[in-house]
Amino acid sequence: MTYKFIGKRIKRNEDPRLLTGQALFVDDVDIPGMLHVAFVRSDYAHARILNIETEAARQHPGVVAVYTAEDMGDEWAPGPPLVSPPPTLAGVIFNSRRQSPLAKGKVYHAGEAIVAIVAESRYIAEDAADEVRVDYEPLPVVVDLEKAMGPDSPRVHDDLDTNLAAHMFQKKGDYEVARAQADLIIKKKFFLDRGAAVAMENRGVVAHWDEKSQQMTIWDTTQAPIPIRNGTAARLGLSQKQVRVIAPFLGGGFGPKAMMFYPEEMLIPWLSMKLCRPIKWIEDRRENFYATTSERQQVHEVEIALTNDGRVLGLKDDFLHDTGAFDPYGLTIPLNTQCHVTGPYDIQNIASNCTAVFTNKPIVTPVRGAGRPQGVFIIERMMDFAARELGMEPLELRVKNLIPPEAFPYDKEIIDQAFAKLILDSGNYLPVVEKAREMIGYDQFIKEEQPRLRAEGKFVGIGITPFIETTGVGPYEGVRIQIEPSGKVNVATGIGTQGQGHFTSFAQIVSEQLGVAVSDVSLVSGDTAEFHWGTGTFASRGAVVAGSATLAAATSVRTKVLKLASKVLETPEEELELEDGVVRVADLPHRSISLGELAALANPLRGAVEPGTEPGLEATDYFGPAYGATSFGVHAMIIEVDPETMMIEFKRYITVEDCGTVLNPLILEGQIHGGVSMGIGNSYYEKMHWDENGQLLNASLADYLIVTAHEMPNRIEVGHLETRSPFNKLGTKGVGEAGAIPVTACFTQALENALEEYHLEILESPLSPNRLYELLRNLTMSTYGREARK
Amino acid sequence: MSDLFNVNVTVNGTLYEREVEPRILLSDFLRHDLGLTGTHVGCEHGVCGACTVLFDGNPVRSCLMFAVQTNGHEVTTVEGLGDIDDLHPIQQAFWEAHALQCGFCTPGFLTTLVPFLEENPDPSEEEIRNAISGNLCRCTGYQHIVEAVQLAAEKMRA
Repeated sequence: MTYKFIGKRIKRNEDPRLLTGQALFVDDVDIPGMLHVAFVRSDYAHARILNIETEAARQHPGVVAVYTAEDMGDEWAPGPPLVSPPPTLAGVIFNSRRQSPLAKGKVYHAGEAIVAIVAESRYIAEDAADEVRVDYEPLPVVVDLEKAMGPDSPRVHDDLDTNLAAHMFQKKGDYEVARAQADLIIKKKFFLDRGAAVAMENRGVVAHWDEKSQQMTIWDTTQAPIPIRNGTAARLGLSQKQVRVIAPFLGGGFGPKAMMFYPEEMLIPWLSMKLCRPIKWIEDRRENFYATTSERQQVHEVEIALTNDGRVLGLKDDFLHDTGAFDPYGLTIPLNTQCHVTGPYDIQNIASNCTAVFTNKPIVTPVRGAGRPQGVFIIERMMDFAARELGMEPLELRVKNLIPPEAFPYDKEIIDQAFAKLILDSGNYLPVVEKAREMIGYDQFIKEEQPRLRAEGKFVGIGITPFIETTGVGPYEGVRIQIEPSGKVNVATGIGTQGQGHFTSFAQIVSEQLGVAVSDVSLVSGDTAEFHWGTGTFASRGAVVAGSATLAAATSVRTKVLKLASKVLETPEEELELEDGVVRVADLPHRSISLGELAALANPLRGAVEPGTEPGLEATDYFGPAYGATSFGVHAMIIEVDPETMMIEFKRYITVEDCGTVLNPLILEGQIHGGVSMGIGNSYYEKMHWDENGQLLNASLADYLIVTAHEMPNRIEVGHLETRSPFNKLGTKGVGEAGAIPVTACFTQALENALEEYHLEILESPLSPNRLYELLRNLTMSTYGREARK
Repeated sequence: MSDLFNVNVTVNGTLYEREVEPRILLSDFLRHDLGLTGTHVGCEHGVCGACTVLFDGNPVRSCLMFAVQTNGHEVTTVEGLGDIDDLHPIQQAFWEAHALQCGFCTPGFLTTLVPFLEENPDPSEEEIRNAISGNLCRCTGYQHIVEAVQLAAEKMRA
C-alpha cells in the first residue's frame, strides 16, 4: 500500500513548544490562591500507628489545614479496584486489598502517606511536616517472596490467613504427557527483581474546585485521564460533567502513571472541595521511589521438555509474583508473563501456575514491558540451557521452534491481560530472525571474529533473542475530527500522551485521508472536556487502538467532504480528490474548493437544510478490537566484558521489528532506542535494593542508576519487516514496549557467551558489575583472578 | 518565615527585582516567582540535569543554587535560547533529529549544549557523550540527541 503521509519520517508537531519551554506540564499550572501539599510518610514498612500528633503543625504559620485519615471522617475510603481478575479463568483466587488516601491504623509499606499538610507554600508545608510526630508499633516485615508464602511468615493483611494475593493456573495441552514423551527435561529456578520506571517528571496533581460554577478541574500526570475523571466524580458525589481532568504534557509515563487511583489522586481533589481553594501537590524524587509503583520481582521454577533433535514439547512454570502491599491493578503483569513465557515458539503443552504475593513494599503495576520481560527472560534462558545440553547452536534451536507463518492466527490458549484468549494475529518470524542474523553478522562473528578476539584475550560475546510483544488490546478508544473554516483540522482523543508523538503520528493518519499538511492538524489528547470516552495510554495500544479510531473518524469526515464537494462542484464523488487542503476534480484541478470553504458551507447561518443533515465536517468514531495485535522482533548484541572492572562495552546492537505498518519511522526508532536504554538499565544497572526491613536503600538518582549517554551503545541499528495486522485497517501493531522487553534475556545470553570459558549459569536479573564479579568469584574462587589476568 | 533579601537578576535579558527568602532555590524562583516554567525539576538533588540553566554563561543546576546567589548576575533559561518561530540552531537540530520525546529533560540538555558547542564547534562523538553525561533522559536512549548535536555543530559552523 502506498501512502503519502503514513510511514514517512515527519518531524513532530509538538516539538517547537517543548523545545522553547512553552509546553504545559502539571507543575506549571499556577492559579491565584493556590495552596500546596506536603505529606508525612511512613518511616516503617509495617507498623501500627499508635498516635499522630499534629497540633504543632496546625499552629505553624502559613499552614491552612492538616488532615489525617481520622480527620477525613466518613469520607475516608479505599480506592476502587482498577481491574477485576480474569472472569473467564476458572478457579482463580483474587484477594482484593486496596490503597487508601491516608493510612488508617496501620502502614503497609515505607513511604505510605499518613498526614497531608496544606499550606501557603510547599516550603512551609514541608517545614510543618517535620513537626508532626507519629508513634508507631513496628511489626514484622514481609519482604522476601518465598518467605512470605512460608507457614510462619508474618502477614501483610491481618484479615487474611496468608500473604496470598492471587492464584491462577493456565494451561494448554497436557504438560505431563509432553514430559513423559520427552528425551530431555531441564529444570531451573530464577530470581527476578524490581526496577523503577523513573520518568524524568515525577507525579503531580493540581485540583481546582470552583464553588460558584460547581466545577472541578484537575491537572494530573496520569496516563488515563478519563477513568480518573469518572472515578473522581463517583468519589466526590459529582456528576461526570462536573469534573474535567486534563493530562497535559507529561514528562514520561512508562506505566506507573496508569495506576489509579494513587492516594494523592483521591486526596487532592477532595481537599480542594473541602477548602474551596486550588491545591497543588508535586511529588519529589524520593517520594517517587517510595510512592510510585514499580515491578518485575518474580521467582520462577521452570521445567522444559524437549526431544533430542531440539523440539520443545512442553513448558511448565510455577512462579511467585510480588504485588506489593495492595493489588488495585489486578493481574495484568502476571498474565503478561504467562502470555510471553512461551515466546514466539510453537509449544503445544503449557502449564503455568502463578501465585501473587503481598509484601510490605510499594504497589506493583506495569512498568514498560509489564511482565513481558520476565516471561521472555525465562523462555530464552531455558532455550540457552537446552541448546547447551543438546549441543545445538542456540539460534538453530530457536528457529526450529518458531511458530510457522501458516499457523496464524495462532491460538496460545492462554488468557491475556484483556481477559481474552491470546490470539497471535499474524506474523512471519523467520525472515525477521534471518535479517537480524545478517545485520549483526552472526555467522561471521561466531566463526571468525570471536575466535580471533578471544585469542587476543578479549571477552566478547553475542546474544540473539527473538520475542513477541502483545499490544493494542481493547476495550476501545475514540476520536473526534473536525475541519474548521480556516481549513485547519482539529482532532480530539481521550488517551493521554507522554512523549510518544501522538500529535504527529495521528495527524499523519488524518492527513492521509483529508489531504492536508500534517502541520495543519492539531490534536488535543487527554482532556476530558474535549473527549470523554476511552481508557488510556498503556499496553502499547495508542497507535493501534486510538490510531485506528483516528482512521475511522478521518474516513467518515472524508466521506462528508466528498458528498458536499460533489454537490458544490457538480461532479461525481469518484472523480474528486483531496490534495493540499482542497477538493478538486481529478482531471480539472482548477475546479476546486478548499476544505475551509466547505466547512463553512456545511454550517449555514440561515436557510433550510435537508432533514437529517448534520452540521459541519465533523465525525466521531471508535475502534474496539476483538483481539490485540502482536508484534515480533529480534534483538542482537555483541558485547565485551572488561575482566578487571566487569564493565560492559556494547560493540554492536541490532533490533529488527515487525510491527506491521509503521506510522512514522523516526518516532518508531525513538521508541526502540528509549526502550533499549531502559532494558540495558534493567539488565545491568537498575535494581531497587530493599533491605529486610522493607527500606529502599537506593532511593535517589545518585544511588539508583539509570543509564547515561556513556552506558548506551553508540548505535542501535533498527531494521524493519512488515506483516500487517489483519485485525485493524491500518495494519499496525504496537511497539512502545518492544525496545525494553527482550534486552535482559539477550544481554544475559551475550554475557554468558562472552564468559563461556567459565561456564557461568545466570539465573537472575538484574545483574550489576558487582554481582557479576560475585558470581564469577563464587564459581571459580581460586582460578578466576589468575585466568583473567593471563 | 525568615527575612527577605533583594535579588536583582537579569534573566534572558530582562532585569527582575524581587524580594525572596534566602532558602528559595533558583529553580523554584525561576519557575514560580518569575513564571519561567521551561526549566524543569526532575530530582532536586543535582543528578538529573533537567533544571540546568546558564549562570553568567555557564551551565549550573538551578536546584542546587539559591535564588539570592544570582543577585547581580545573569541567568539564561530555555526561554532565552530561541522562540517558536525563531529556534536556536540546537533547538532546530533537536527537532529535525527527533532528539526529544516527552521533552521534560530537553531544556536542561539545550542549556548544557549551548556553551559546549560554543567552545567545541566540531566535537567528536565521545566529546558529545561526555558533555551530556550529566543529563538524564529516559525516553530517547541518547542516540538521537548525539545526532542532533552533530547536526547543530554542522549548522553552526556553516
